[in-house]
This record gives sequence, structure tokens and C-alpha cells, in this order.
Amino acid sequence: MLELALQGSKRYYTWIAALLALIGVGFACYLYQFDFGLGITGMSRDVSWGFYIANFTFLVGVAAGGVMVVLPYYIHNYKAFGRITILGEFLAISAVTMCLLFIIVDLGQPIRALNVLLYPTPTSILFWDMIVLNGYLFLNIIVGWNVLQAERNGVPPQKWLKPLIYLSIPWAVGIHTVTAYLYCGLPGRGFWLTAILAPRFLASAFAAGPSFLILLCLLIRNITKFDPGREQIQSLAKIVTYAIILNVFFLLCEVFVAFYSNIPEHTDHLTYLFAGLHGKSALVPWMWTSMVLMAVAILLLIVPVTRQNETVLAVACVCVFLGTWIDKGMGMISGGFVPSPLHHVNEYMPTFPEILITIGVYGVGFLVLTALFKIATTVKEEVAA
Amino acid sequence: MNDKKKIITGLAIFLFLFTLPIWYNLVSATSAPEPELSAKAKAAKTCVRSKEYMVAEHMQLLDVWRDTVVRTGERTYTNPDGKQFNMSLSTGENSCIGCHVSKADFCDKCHNYASVNPYCWDCHIDPKEKK
Amino acid sequence: MKSSRRNFLKIAGVSAVGLSAKPVLDAFATADADEHAATATPEKASNKKALTGKRWALVINTHKLQTKEALEPIIEACNKLHNVPHIENERWEIKWIWGEEFKHAFPGKEDTFLPEHVKHNPFLVLCNHCENPPCVRACPTKATFQRDDGIVLMDFHRCIGCRFCMAACPYGSRSFNFRDPRQFITEQNPDFPTRSKGVVEKCNFCAERLAVGKQPACVEASGGALIFGNVDDPASEVRKVLNKNFTIRRKQGLGTGPMVFYIV
Repeated sequence: MLELALQGSKRYYTWIAALLALIGVGFACYLYQFDFGLGITGMSRDVSWGFYIANFTFLVGVAAGGVMVVLPYYIHNYKAFGRITILGEFLAISAVTMCLLFIIVDLGQPIRALNVLLYPTPTSILFWDMIVLNGYLFLNIIVGWNVLQAERNGVPPQKWLKPLIYLSIPWAVGIHTVTAYLYCGLPGRGFWLTAILAPRFLASAFAAGPSFLILLCLLIRNITKFDPGREQIQSLAKIVTYAIILNVFFLLCEVFVAFYSNIPEHTDHLTYLFAGLHGKSALVPWMWTSMVLMAVAILLLIVPVTRQNETVLAVACVCVFLGTWIDKGMGMISGGFVPSPLHHVNEYMPTFPEILITIGVYGVGFLVLTALFKIATTVKEEVAA
Repeated sequence: MNDKKKIITGLAIFLFLFTLPIWYNLVSATSAPEPELSAKAKAAKTCVRSKEYMVAEHMQLLDVWRDTVVRTGERTYTNPDGKQFNMSLSTGENSCIGCHVSKADFCDKCHNYASVNPYCWDCHIDPKEKK
Repeated sequence: MKSSRRNFLKIAGVSAVGLSAKPVLDAFATADADEHAATATPEKASNKKALTGKRWALVINTHKLQTKEALEPIIEACNKLHNVPHIENERWEIKWIWGEEFKHAFPGKEDTFLPEHVKHNPFLVLCNHCENPPCVRACPTKATFQRDDGIVLMDFHRCIGCRFCMAACPYGSRSFNFRDPRQFITEQNPDFPTRSKGVVEKCNFCAERLAVGKQPACVEASGGALIFGNVDDPASEVRKVLNKNFTIRRKQGLGTGPMVFYIV
């Protein structure tokens, strides 16, 4: 089926070329980073993880979000989603690819990355994260590819896929839980030291992933002959609605616990993010933008009339995606490092080359996504014809 | 299969290019350089192990040494003849570089020839290049 | 034709996976072989002069270290010995042992009504060589590990620079080499390696000095303000000092079991 990704219109090739250009720029910046060291980034002794790890975390969520089309179809026998499970799985593949790349570009000694396999360390959550992410990647490749192939050949999917599909569902929850455990098990980082971190990550994942999928479905309907379906999009919209509300609810739980208990170690980080601390307030406008975006999204999604209007729904989905991206991508990681364990307030902002490398990684992800979606939609068109 | 000729020619060109380094080396062959022993090393006659062992296994030995020193804190090496050595690459007289005093003549010569770049000296300091 | 090609690809794929697993298996195999080799002919042993202890600890008598100037020779001794670079850019700073105000060294213990000298004097901070080190738990390659004598050590050969240990350390004791540090070392000590860019580093309790029977450099340079020894041994000097003086530790409530004590 791979050949389907190589045949496309002029527009398709232009898009691919644009992505390749972005990847090229990102790669050039990465070579610079490889030579100079991570000093080209905005990271510091105090904020030792930045944009790379933040985007990694966000994209683990997008990957896990794919399960929101798989689960209703296979567990609840919700037939409508049968049309689009492949889109969820392929989205997961590209998201996990980006996650793995973000880990690599974040390493100080990428050449030694395989030390994680040579000296496996079960006490390290990073070790487990490596296992669950790679596992999820392979599960989705195997399941997605074979199911699509079967559909193309007009035969039912192979029986041995069933257990893998069922396994992929808890596995999706697993990847984001383990990713949350990277942070929430660390003593002395009050912002992350909360049992609700994994549930909160999952809630934002199930909002961000499906909202992105809705946008992709709308796009596919416009540029291909395959229509993912109105019912499908509406069902996804309801999932997004519940998830984004849960995400905000969990955030408010955090705010209550921190400020009612009034324990400085927990309030300081939230104060820094939403009001600034010791005169440092770079993230304040971002965080409030995120809050406004999520609030607007909830309003638009909760009211049936606006949710059912696909144009408004698209706007709401953009709000959800950007809102959760800022919340997780900008606030969650930096917020945990500021103030530092020694209560110094040193802020973080990504640098220009750091952002270009990040865009390069997104470029790779979108390239994978484009190729896979091209294959999927072409097969769907073939089958329909 | 009308393209037989083209395919075979293509394959031949590919094979030639692919194996070019081998031909290049056969033609321009320079013999492998011998590491140059310092006066001190010559006087000592034997290294921590036999010459043959060191030629073939020095990288493994150093790898085991660095792990042992850093991770178990054991720093004394007793060779099969019962002679004892301080396990260190670069700490003063009592180390590899203390005897093989010239990194350029002893290490780099062969490493450059074989085009290997061990990163030992990214961290370990060659006393001669000390700032 | 088509199905046989697919089969071929399948077999090729499976073999590729198999081949890539081989180095891992080999690594296990050689690890075993190494252990056997170690117990067979060539032997490795600790230095006879080495200081040994079951649990190293450091007591800092802050009464004797009231000013920035008093800390300086101690910090300098360490920096010189370990080739700790001096980098102006604060973001890239490398610190093994340094001074912090009370409110930074002991956040949570700061108090409006503390005596002025406690508020404003610098306190020496360094790696606490915790009993339950969170950094060791976090490290995905065992590049940071705890020795039998309690010292939390870094294996710079193995560190991949993921910086998980920096997130895990509640004391900010770890630094990352954002740049190649060599250019920032004014005078190199050839007896101790520098680090390369892309690895994390921190205080090593002078493991290399203990191995040859010497006290840590900071202790030696402190003129008696720092006392180092085996806290497991009731007869040791540290234990005597701890018996006689009230001491505090940094963020003890986190359960990490820091091994640096402060007489305040």
C-alpha cells in the first residue's frame, strides 16, 4: 500500500516539499546543537527541561487520544467509528514518532541513547516510558496497517489482530500514565507532586487528540473523496466536550488544594504561572490565553447548536488544541521548574534555534501523518468506488 | 526484460562505487603505522599485559578498567604474573599516559590511520596538552 | 510472485528485529563473561590505603563559616581539583559546592525572626549523598548510582544527558554541561578528567581522594569547619560532633536522608 503515498496531485507534492523544507531547516539547527551543545536552547541549570520535553509530553497525549475512536468501536461496538479508527491509529503513529524524536533531540549525548537498553534500569520511569512508547508505536503500526490492508482486499481483518487491538486500549492509557509518572513521582517538585497528574494528563489528551482528529476529518472531507461522516465527527465532539471539561475541572482541583491548604511549595508554581513571582511573569499572558481558549471551547461545545455547526465546531477544536498545548507545552514543564528547589526564580523561554528544531520534529510528524492519511483515504476511496 | 543491459551496467557501476574504498586502499596502500614507544615504555619492556594482548584487547581492557574504577572503586590491577598496577588512563606517573608519554605518537597514530575516534580525551587530560 | 515477495519482506523484517536484539543479548553475555574473567586470572582490588566507611557523612559547622570569604578557599579547592569550569552565563553554570543564603539553602525553614547573621550568612551547599537518592532512582542507565559506602556517584562515561536526575534532585545539586566545559577552565588539573558537553555532573565526595586515603578537598581546606567521616561508626569524629551539637539537614521531610549536616 506504501505506493499510494507516492502518487498524488501537485498540491500534495507541494505540501510534502514544504514539510521537507521545514525538516531541513530543523535538521540544520539540530546539527548546530549537536556541535555546540544544548546551550543553544533556553534551558538552564534551574529549568533543565524545556520546549522539547514539553512538546513530547503534549504529543504523548495526542497519541493516547487516538484510543478514543478505537475504544468505542471495539469495546462498545459503536459501528460508526469503524470508518475512522484507522485515522486514530495513524495519528497515534505520527504522534509517537514525534515523541521519540523529541526525546532524542533533548539528549545531551544522543550517541549514547542505546545505553537505556544496554543498562536497563527498572527503577527509572524513563526506562518504562521508552518501553510503552515503542510498544504503542508498534501496536498501532501492526494493527492499523493490517486492518487497512484487509479492508482494501475486501476481507475481514486477521483474527490474531483482535488481542493486539484490545491490548492497545489500556496501553494508550498506559503511555500517558507513565509519562505523568515521570513528573509526579519526584520529591521536591511541588507542582508535579500530585496524584491527579496522570488523570489530568489523560483528560487533556482525550481533549487534544480527538479535537485534532475532528480537524483532520473536516480537512479530509474537503480535499479527498472520502467523507469520515457527520455522525462520527459529532460523536468525537461529545468526547472532546467531556474531556476538556474534565481537564479544567482537574486543574481547578489543583488550584483549590494548593491555595486552600496554602502550602507555599504548591502555591508558588501556580502563582508564578498565573500572576508572576518576584517580578518574573513571562508565562502569565500565555496561561491566561490558555484559560480563555479552554473556556470559550467549553461554551461552544456545551451548547448543542454551536457544537452541531461544523464551522463553529472547528473553531472550538482549534481552541481546545491550542489551549491544551499552552497548558501542557508551555506551563506544565516550565511551571514545575520555577521556582527552583532552592526557590530561585529563573525563567525559561525557548530560543529561536530551539523552536526551529521543534518545528522540524513536527515536520517529520506531519510528513508521516500526511503519508499515512494519504494511504488511508486512498484506500477508503478505492473501497467506496 | 528488455532493460537487461541497462540493469547490468547500473549494477556494475553501483558495485564499483560501493567497493571504491577497497580499491582506493589497495592502490594507495600505506602500511599501518607502528605506535612509537617512549623511552620509559621501552625500559619497562612489558605493559600491564603482553604486547599481543594489548594490541588486540586494549580497548576492552580500558573499558573494563573504567567501569571497575568508577563503579566499584577498585583501582589496583594484578596481572596474571602477579604484578600490580594503578588502573588509570591519565592520572600522573602511575597511569597509561605516565608511561606512554606521547599521546600523539602512541595513540593518535594508529587511531588516525584506522579512522577511529575514541572520546577518551574529551574528558581525560593529556598532560602535554594541559592548559 | 506478490505473496512470495511479501513473505520475503516479512522474513527480512523479523530477521532485522532479531539482529537488532543481538547486541543487547551480547551485552548480557559479555557482562557475565566479564564477571567470570574478573574472578579468574587478572584481579582488581581497592587500594590498601583507601579510607573505607559504611556511610560517609559531612558536618558543616556554620559558626566557623560566617562570610563569603570564609567559604571561598573551600569552594576553590574543590573547583581546582575537579576542573569545575567557571562560566559567567548563569544558565550554564556548573556548581559542585557553593554558597546560598539560608532561605535558599533551607526553603521552608526561612523565618522572619531568625537572627540576622543566619539570614544573611552564606551556607555551603553540595550534593547530600542521600540515603535514598531520588536521582539514582530516576537515572535510566545507572549512570548515577549509589556505592556501598553511600556515596552517590556519576559515571560520566555512561550518562546520556537526559537530565531526569536534575528534575529528581530536590536540592539543585546537579549541573548539566550545556557547553564543552574545557574552554571555561583556566587552569587544568591533569589528574582529574574534565567532563564533556552533554553530561550531568555534581559533587563526588572526593571518591578519588578517599581511594588513596585522603579526606575530601573541601574538608582539608576548611580549617576544621567541615568534619567528614563514617556516621555508622559510633567512635568516629562525625558521630561525636553530631552527639554534641544540634544539627539540621536540608529538606529532611522528603525522606531522602541527606548525609550533610549543618550546625547552626
